[in-house]
Amino acid sequence: MSLLSIENLSLEIGEATILKDIDLTIASGEVLGLVGESGSGKSMTALTIMQLLPEAARARGRVTFDGIDILAAPEEAMCRLRGDDLGMVFQEPMTALNPVKSIGEQVAEGIRWHTGANRADAEARARAILDRVGLPEAQFPLSRFPHELSGGQRQRVVIAIACALKPKLLIADEPTTALDVVLQAQILDLLRDLVDESRMGLLLISHDLAVVAEMADRVTIMRSGEVMEAGPTADILSAKRHPYTRQLAEASTHVPARANGRAVVQAAPALLEVSGITRDYPGRRRGLFAQDKPFRAVDAVSFSMPAGHAVALVGRSGCGKSTLARMILALDRPTAGEIRLMGETLAGKSEAQLRGARRNMQVVFQDPYGSFDPRHRVERLVAEPLHLLDTQPSAAERRDLVAQALDEVGLAPADMDKFPHEFSGGQRQRISIARAIITRPKLIVADEPVSALDVSIRAQILDLFADLNQRLGLTYLFITHDLTVARAITDEVMVMDEGRIVERGPTREVLKHPATPAARALVEAAPDLEQALAARMRT
Amino acid sequence: MTAYLAKRLAIGLVTLIVASAVVFCVLEIVPGDPALLMLGMNAEPEALATLREQMGLNQPILLRYLDWVSGMAVGDFGRSYTYSSPVIDLIGERVLVSLPLAIMALVLSTVIALSVGIFAAARRGRPADTMVMGVAQVGVAIPNFWFALLLIYLFAVWLRLVPAGGFPGWGAGVWPAIKALIMPAVALALPQAAILARVTRSAMLEVLGEDYIRTARAKGMPRRIVLWHHALRNALIPVLTILGLQFSFLLAGTIIIENVFYLPGLGRLVFQAITQRDLIVVEGVVMLLVASIVLVNILVDIGYAIVDPRLRTRR
Amino acid sequence: MSLDPALPGAAPERRFLRLALANRSFLIGCAITLMIAGMALLSFFWTPYDITNLTVADRLKGLSSSHLLGTDHLGRDILSMIMIGARNSIAVAIVAVVIGMGIGVPLGAWAAARGGLVDEVLMRFNDLVFAFPALLSAIMITAIFGPGALNAIIAIGIFNVPVFARVARAGALSIWPREFTLAARAAGKSKALITIEHILPNITALLLVQGTIQFALGILAEAGLSYLGLGAQPPMPSWGRMLFEAQTRMIVAPHLAIFPGLAIVVTVLGLNLLGDGLRDLLDPRLRRQR
Repeated sequence: MSLLSIENLSLEIGEATILKDIDLTIASGEVLGLVGESGSGKSMTALTIMQLLPEAARARGRVTFDGIDILAAPEEAMCRLRGDDLGMVFQEPMTALNPVKSIGEQVAEGIRWHTGANRADAEARARAILDRVGLPEAQFPLSRFPHELSGGQRQRVVIAIACALKPKLLIADEPTTALDVVLQAQILDLLRDLVDESRMGLLLISHDLAVVAEMADRVTIMRSGEVMEAGPTADILSAKRHPYTRQLAEASTHVPARANGRAVVQAAPALLEVSGITRDYPGRRRGLFAQDKPFRAVDAVSFSMPAGHAVALVGRSGCGKSTLARMILALDRPTAGEIRLMGETLAGKSEAQLRGARRNMQVVFQDPYGSFDPRHRVERLVAEPLHLLDTQPSAAERRDLVAQALDEVGLAPADMDKFPHEFSGGQRQRISIARAIITRPKLIVADEPVSALDVSIRAQILDLFADLNQRLGLTYLFITHDLTVARAITDEVMVMDEGRIVERGPTREVLKHPATPAARALVEAAPDLEQALAARMRT
Repeated sequence: MTAYLAKRLAIGLVTLIVASAVVFCVLEIVPGDPALLMLGMNAEPEALATLREQMGLNQPILLRYLDWVSGMAVGDFGRSYTYSSPVIDLIGERVLVSLPLAIMALVLSTVIALSVGIFAAARRGRPADTMVMGVAQVGVAIPNFWFALLLIYLFAVWLRLVPAGGFPGWGAGVWPAIKALIMPAVALALPQAAILARVTRSAMLEVLGEDYIRTARAKGMPRRIVLWHHALRNALIPVLTILGLQFSFLLAGTIIIENVFYLPGLGRLVFQAITQRDLIVVEGVVMLLVASIVLVNILVDIGYAIVDPRLRTRR
Repeated sequence: MSLDPALPGAAPERRFLRLALANRSFLIGCAITLMIAGMALLSFFWTPYDITNLTVADRLKGLSSSHLLGTDHLGRDILSMIMIGARNSIAVAIVAVVIGMGIGVPLGAWAAARGGLVDEVLMRFNDLVFAFPALLSAIMITAIFGPGALNAIIAIGIFNVPVFARVARAGALSIWPREFTLAARAAGKSKALITIEHILPNITALLLVQGTIQFALGILAEAGLSYLGLGAQPPMPSWGRMLFEAQTRMIVAPHLAIFPGLAIVVTVLGLNLLGDGLRDLLDPRLRRQR
């Protein structure tokens, strides 16, 4: 008999249908990957099992866990199950822990509640499980508070809470999406070990096929609240019988067609030259007079980029890549060093003196929702960089320029009269690119431009970047923690670690034979769909 | 933690010094000749000269300010010319009425507000919540002195349960004194409680929507425990802010309410002083009230640090 | 190339109107506020009786068809007094809000844009002003210049400054980290220009809601000050003053105390409902929590 079985589950919240006739089963010791893009209903499926749905939600069908009818179970029975036999890990480690309680309290609380153990026993067990998830007592005493931990460490605490009482089923909802690849690999390893140790079932929810291919025995693919396909991982993902499975698999390994690995004339004058650039942030105050040493976010970085090139700047979160990008864009002032765009020095210039340089470099941000003022129409948003022109265009000229830019990114000129909330995430990223190219810049700095997008949309946006690179001769600096993006679209890659650039070379070369430990860590940690499938086929 | 506290104390001290300068400017420099203002246009020249001498008006301004501040630091607030007694004695007498009143009102309003706010948040959207919050919505709109008048009419005039006003003094026994303060305290507390209850409810609801509440529920904690152990402590942070702000409203309210109930507190004192243009008394009482507001703000800051561990390690 | 489908969206103005008509507190609040404002305006042209005409024979009359809300100790018609008193309350509260917004919002926006020392000094300034509740300022001003309606305006206005500074600063600080401000800077716009073009329009909702709250608090504070004799002076009628005069006559004529008080409660309630409604309509984040 399976540990969890869901039959004909349907879910409505108010008028909206969230889930339609979902079926899935998980046995003890089995890992089920639940895959889908945003809005597919995978998180709602998890919350249904936990009975933590919003109040307006109504579920029909049958959910049986360990012989208990979950949909009919009273709240007290669910309280006994949750945290004991049923554990759950959430996506956002930064907000998943109560900021005013110590990690010890938060882990021990569930233990005391379920087992009736006294404080000392519960704390001893909390200590043991924290040790187990990789938070040893020496550095992480029970009295630590969440704000003193990094994102990866907090996720370990959340896992400790979920696994403290060796649940029969662990539900992990996008447990590594908010973490960088190296942390992701560590957390996935931990989850796999915990499953093996106590033969628990794991429902792993993810948008990332490669992660699921590495982790899951079986996979269920969802779209818009319905199950598209389900079966053994290796079979489903290699046969790709269902068109949607095929679409997902192709999108997640998509490489845009572009003249890859062109011979670059290094003799050509560099578009961007960075020399010895450093950025310090003042240290945290420890007391009235004591202050920590300044924190060096970027440490004497030098490189140059020839025109027309696409370069990836990769590294773990907190390695200084975003700070470096902001300095290149003259949005932040370096502590030391020099940046030259087309031979012109940027550092120390006033906003008025920077106008020329700003025309030639623009930016595309990660978050397609946060990067537009919600009160402005698309025309005004896309036209914003025209502020940099020395002679302001007339209203009609402005509309022409905006229409042209929108056309360039595959949107209709009529879209300029709409508001950003009327567009989907992918379309917004197109608007963002239209805004970046309207002044015909030479350099585009893109900070994680596709990491907030679903895989199928991501593939389209990568195509657009490749296309614009060819047509407009744009030079790209892509900042990313995701090596698949680097592989898909860049000629060269620079690996950043603790504020320094530690390795640089042609993208393929570096990804195939990383030379430095930092690069090797990134490459080894990056999940790879094909390799994972190959490994599964062998066993 | 020590750095945080030291910083808060320093800020409080600086605020107090600047505030004293403001009070000094308004009451001693703006009028030009305070003695003339106090005695009026038809004052006898000798009386004027005596008062000037007594107030030290013949000294340079900076020296006068320093004298005044250093005097206050050791409890010398000067001498009232209408009462012909030291201001500190007048204040000492009146504080025995105002302080118990303020504390009773503060405790009453906080207890009512927290319980009502938590009660309503736990029953969000149900009839009990709607009803309680409807009452609070009206309560916020009621001026405390009008509420006081209604209470007087209801309990003193109509039901004759309590005296309509006045204060027998603590010498008459603790219970009669407290009895005289009950109605004023209720009149002060209830409109304040309505505001704080609304803040508490919305802070609780905000916190209940946080991710960590879901984490707590996912480890099997029942709603009741989640509410009291996880949500309340986080919700206290915004509640403390409002509580701190409310204290200054409460002090202002005390002044008004003392006038409604004819209580011989600081409020009555400062009003008599205004009508008699006794600036020295006005200065003393205003500084005392400002100092107590600054002190309460420091206490609120300490409260933050107790509730929120993030502040203990940050500056 | 296939594009992902666009979300259906109506024009924002239309959507706002539809939501507004469905929002009960907004509608009731609007109705009450308009009614009170209308009453104050009407009093400039017409009141049931001329309140400068003292008819001692009519003093302390109860409710009747000739005097709907009765008369006071000088025989003046209470309804007429309340109508004219509304002018005073509204004028004081509005001017105080304008003072608070006019000084507070630029200060708060400036502090948020500059950060660092400017921000720190502003926050300390706020602490300082918060240490002087409107009543204390009014007491000091009155001690020097004697009582008057202007005192109330200045005292309440001063107290409003840090309130708006704080709200504007907090609002601006929540907008600045959003990426569109960085995009605007990459477009060469100065922080001042970004504040005008992006920050202020995005915090209007907050400021509007705070405006109605301070308006309501201003009415309450003005009533308190004029009750104490620190606000509008006779013969100008004001609600607080009317309550003061009613107090000693409450045993014989309770209606004197009831109606001016009700006028205050209804006005403040209306403004608060309007504020709550506006917040629901303008701030989607808060809307979800209701």
